[in-house]
Amino acid sequence: MAGPIKAKYVEKEHAVVDGVDISGHWNRMFEPRTIFEYTPELIEKVADIPGGESFANCYQCAKCIAVCPVDIVGNYGPRKLYRYAQTGMDLTEAPELWLCTTCKNCLRVCPKEVDMIQIMPAVREQAILTGKFVPPELQQAFENTAKTGNPLGQPQRKRDAWIQSAGVTIPIIKDVARPVDVLWYVGSYPSYHPRGIDAASAAARIFSALEIDFAILGKEEKDDADSQRLAGEKGLFEMMTEYNIETFNKYEWKELVVTGPHELNAFKNVYPKHGFERPVVHYTTFLARYLDRLKPLLKHRVEKKITYHDPCYLGRHNGEYEAPRKLLEAIPGVELVEMQRNRENGYCCGGGGGGMWMDSFTAKHTTMRLSEKRAMEAASTGANVLAVACPFEVSRFTDAVKSTGNEHVDVLDILELLDKSMRGE
Amino acid sequence: MSNDILVITEHMDGKFSDVSFEMVGKAKELASALGGQAVAVVVGGGVSSNAFASDSTIHVDDASLANFNPEAYGKVIEALVKEKSPRLVMFGWTATGMDLAAWLSARLGVPCAAYVKNIGADLTMTCQAYGGKMSADVSSAGDMAIAACLAGSFPLEAGQGSTAATTMASPVSLDGLKTKFVEAIKPAGGDVDITSQVKLVSIGRGIGGKENVELAEELAGKLGATVSCSRPVVDAGWLPRTRQVGKSGLKVKPKLYLMLGISGAPEHLEGMKSAELIIAVNTDKKAPIFNVAHYGATNDLFEVAEAMLELL
Amino acid sequence: MNIVVAIKHIPSIADDLPVKGNNVDFDSVDFVLNEFDEQSIEQAVLVKEAVGGTVTVVGVDMIGELDGVLHLALAKGADKAVKITGDDPAADSHQQAKWLAEAIKGMSADIVFVGVQASNDLDGQIGPMIAAHLDMPYIGGVSSVEVTGETATVNKEFAGGVGAKYAVTLPMVVGVQASVKPPRYAPVSKVRQVAQTATIEKVAPSGDAGSGLTFKKMAPPVVTGHAEMIEGSSKEVAAKIVELLKSKGLV
Repeated sequence: MAGPIKAKYVEKEHAVVDGVDISGHWNRMFEPRTIFEYTPELIEKVADIPGGESFANCYQCAKCIAVCPVDIVGNYGPRKLYRYAQTGMDLTEAPELWLCTTCKNCLRVCPKEVDMIQIMPAVREQAILTGKFVPPELQQAFENTAKTGNPLGQPQRKRDAWIQSAGVTIPIIKDVARPVDVLWYVGSYPSYHPRGIDAASAAARIFSALEIDFAILGKEEKDDADSQRLAGEKGLFEMMTEYNIETFNKYEWKELVVTGPHELNAFKNVYPKHGFERPVVHYTTFLARYLDRLKPLLKHRVEKKITYHDPCYLGRHNGEYEAPRKLLEAIPGVELVEMQRNRENGYCCGGGGGGMWMDSFTAKHTTMRLSEKRAMEAASTGANVLAVACPFEVSRFTDAVKSTGNEHVDVLDILELLDKSMRGE
Repeated sequence: MSNDILVITEHMDGKFSDVSFEMVGKAKELASALGGQAVAVVVGGGVSSNAFASDSTIHVDDASLANFNPEAYGKVIEALVKEKSPRLVMFGWTATGMDLAAWLSARLGVPCAAYVKNIGADLTMTCQAYGGKMSADVSSAGDMAIAACLAGSFPLEAGQGSTAATTMASPVSLDGLKTKFVEAIKPAGGDVDITSQVKLVSIGRGIGGKENVELAEELAGKLGATVSCSRPVVDAGWLPRTRQVGKSGLKVKPKLYLMLGISGAPEHLEGMKSAELIIAVNTDKKAPIFNVAHYGATNDLFEVAEAMLELL
Repeated sequence: MNIVVAIKHIPSIADDLPVKGNNVDFDSVDFVLNEFDEQSIEQAVLVKEAVGGTVTVVGVDMIGELDGVLHLALAKGADKAVKITGDDPAADSHQQAKWLAEAIKGMSADIVFVGVQASNDLDGQIGPMIAAHLDMPYIGGVSSVEVTGETATVNKEFAGGVGAKYAVTLPMVVGVQASVKPPRYAPVSKVRQVAQTATIEKVAPSGDAGSGLTFKKMAPPVVTGHAEMIEGSSKEVAAKIVELLKSKGLV
C-alpha cells in the first residue's frame, strides 16, 4: 500500500489581483490548492465498482464525521475513508471495509449523497469475489446461512422448537391449511437465540391475546439474509430470496408481520426488485394499530424508567419512530426518557451490515464496541430499562451493559415489556 | 492363455487379510470347473506364504517389495500376469487392490469388474454398484478378466491350507521406481476406541450437518453408548477419523449398533455387519442397510432420536 | 506447477435408480459431482495455495450439465475448466479414463488429482487407469499431499487409521480419499459471478476404450434377509426401539 503523499509547499513570490500587487508571505492563500499531487486511482477503483460510484462525490465537508457512530469509537466515516483512499488506502483490502454498519446516518446529512448503503455492499462483494481478506467470523455466518438456513448455524429442523415454551398455541401455516390474516415471519434470532426466544414467545402471547388470526412458517422459514447482502454476499441473499418468495407465495395470507427491522428492510424494500410486492410491517407498526384493544390488556403496572433505542433499520431506513414509543407509553407505570441521540440521529448498536458477526474483528479496530457506547448512553439517562425493537439488539446490549458495569439496566424488547404488563410478571 | 486363476493376496504385519483366503477358496472352485489351477500370488516379505489351499503359490520377494508400493507391486503383478496369462485375476476391492486392479486393466487392455460379490462358473460376475443400491451381472469379452472382490463375499475356510509356496525374485527390474515408501503411519491415540465399545450409535450422511451431531451424542450418552459414523461424516469434518466404521475405517462388533441416517454402502457394511443387534433408522425404504439390519424404521431420524431421548 | 483435477459427473444415488434393459436408465437420473471429487478439488487448491501454480479441472460432460459443477470448482479456486464433450451418459470408467488421459496429455500436468472412487466404478476407478495411460505412478486412498520441488509426499490410508507415507517423483496421479481440510465454502456470489463470466474450454473426446464388460442384468440386489420393519409414528417407533433395547438388557 502506498504511503500518504504530501502536498507540495506552494507560495508565490509575487501576486497581482485586479491590477493590485499584493505580494507578501500570505500569497499562498491565493494559489488554488488543488490536490493534484494525490493519486485519484484508489478513489476511482471504488467508484468504478457498480454501486460504488457515489464514493467519488465526496467534497470533504465532514458533516458525516459528526454523526458516524464508528468515528465515535474510532477514526472513521465517509469523509475519512475518501481521504484515506487519496493517501494510499485500497478500500477493497483495508480493514476499514468491514467497519461500516450501514446505519445510514451519514447519508442523512450528506449534501453530495455519498451512499455507503450502496458503496459498502458493492466493494465488499468485490473483495469476496477477488479472494481478498474477509473476516473469518463473517465467512462462518455466510456458510452457516447457506448450509443451515440461519447465520447461527442451528439446525433447520429446530427452527420452530421454541414454540413449545410460548405457553400459547402457535399455528404453523402448513397445518392450518386455510388463508390467514397475518403471516408472522419470526426471524432467525427470535427462533434460536435464548433471549430472542423470550421476545418471540412474548409476541405469540400478545398476538393470541389480541385474537390475531396468525400463523408462522415453522420449519419452512429461513433467514432473510439482508445483513449478509450488506456484508457483501449478494449471491447468498438472492438464493435465500428465491427460496423465501417461493415459500411466502405457497400460502394465502393478507399481511406479513416481521419481528426484525432487517427482515422488514429485505421484504419491503428489496424483495419488490425480485417480484415480491406484498404488505409487510414491523411488529411495532402492526401493534400500534391495535392500541385501543391492547391498552385494556396492559393491566399490570411496570414501574420503570425506560429509554428506547431506535434500530437503524426501523428508524432511519424505514422511517418508523413513533409506533415503538406509543407502545411503550401505553404501558401503565412507564416513564419514557430519551437519550441524547435519538430518532433520526439515533446511535447504532453495531449489528447492522454484518457487524453482528464481526465483533472480534471490529474490536481490533475500535476503542470500544458501538453497543457498549450506546449502553453507557442509556445508563446516563438514569433509565433502568433499555428498550429495543430489533432481535440483534437484545443480545448485543445485554453483553454491553455487563461489560460497561451497567448491569442495573435491563435490556428488554418492547414485546417483553408489553407481555410483562399483560401478565404481571 | 490358460484356464488358471491368479489370486493377488494381501498381507500386513505378517498376516494375510481375510479377503485373501476368501478369494483363494473361490478361485479353487472356479479353476476346477474350468480345468485350470488356482494360483495364489504373494508379493513382499515378512509373511509365511504356505497358508493357502491353492493349487500352487508364487511368492515374489525383493527388498523393494518389503512394504506395499503400488508402483512396484503393479510391475511385478503385470509381469506375472503376462507370463501366466490366466483366465481371471482376482484382487481384493481394498485399499491396496483398488490401486492395482483398474491400473492393470488399463495397462493390459483387459476387462475389469469391481465390487464383485460373486463369480459364476461361466465367469459371470455379480457386482454391487451404485453404493449397494444395484446389483449387476456382467460378462467380459476376451480371454482374460480382472475381478476386484468385496471382502466377505466368499467363505474364508475354503481358502485356508498349507500349499508350499515357490519363492522367486522379482520377474521384472525394480530399479528406478518413482514411488518410495517412507514410513508406516500408526493410528493416532487419544480418542475412544470404538472397536472396544459395547454399544454404538452410528451416524451417516443423513445427520445433515455438524450442528446435528450433538443430538446423536446426547442419545448415545443416555444409552451409555459411543458415537461412531460412516465415512462421509468424517470427510465433512463432523467427527474425527477415529470414529469411522467401514472399509477405510474400523471394523466393529458391538452388542448394539444403532444406525441413524446410514444407507449402508458395501464399504460401511464391511465394518459392522457382524454386530449382534443392528437397528437402522433411514428414510429411504430401499436403502441397502435394511437387508442387513435386524430391525429397521423409515421415520425421520431426528424425530425418533428426540422421542427416544424423552423415553430414556 | 500444473495441477489437474479429473472429475466425474455420476448418477445420483439419492433416489432409486431406474433400470432400462440391462443397465441403469441414464436418461432419467440426475447427475451429481462424485462426492470424492469435492475432496480432490479441495486438495488440489490447497496444493496450489502452498506451492503456486494453476489448477485445471477437467471432466466428461455426460449429459450436458457439467457447467454447474465446473463453475463451483472455479469458485473454490480452480483456474481453468475443461469439459470433454462426451455426451454419452453411459460412458463407463474405462472410456472416461481414456478421454480424460488424452485431454490431460496436452496439459503438461505435474500432478493429477482424482477422487479415489465413485459409486459407478463398476469397471474400476478412473484414477489408476488415467495413470496407466499417462505412464505415471498412482497412489489412491490419499488423505494428505505435500509437494516440495519435484516430489510429492502423500499419506495413504489402509484402514482404521493405519496408513503409509510415500514420496513420489512427479508427475503422478493421486486418488484422494479426503482432503487435509474439509472442502471450503464457495461464496454464492462467487459461484453466480463465475457462471456468468467463466469460459469453459471444450474438448472433443479422443480415443476408444470401453471396459469390455457386457451387462447381462441390472437390478436392485436380491434380498437375502430383511430387517423387521418397525412401523408407526416417530414416537411409536422410538417407544418400540426403547422397548426392544430393554428386553435385550441393553439399557
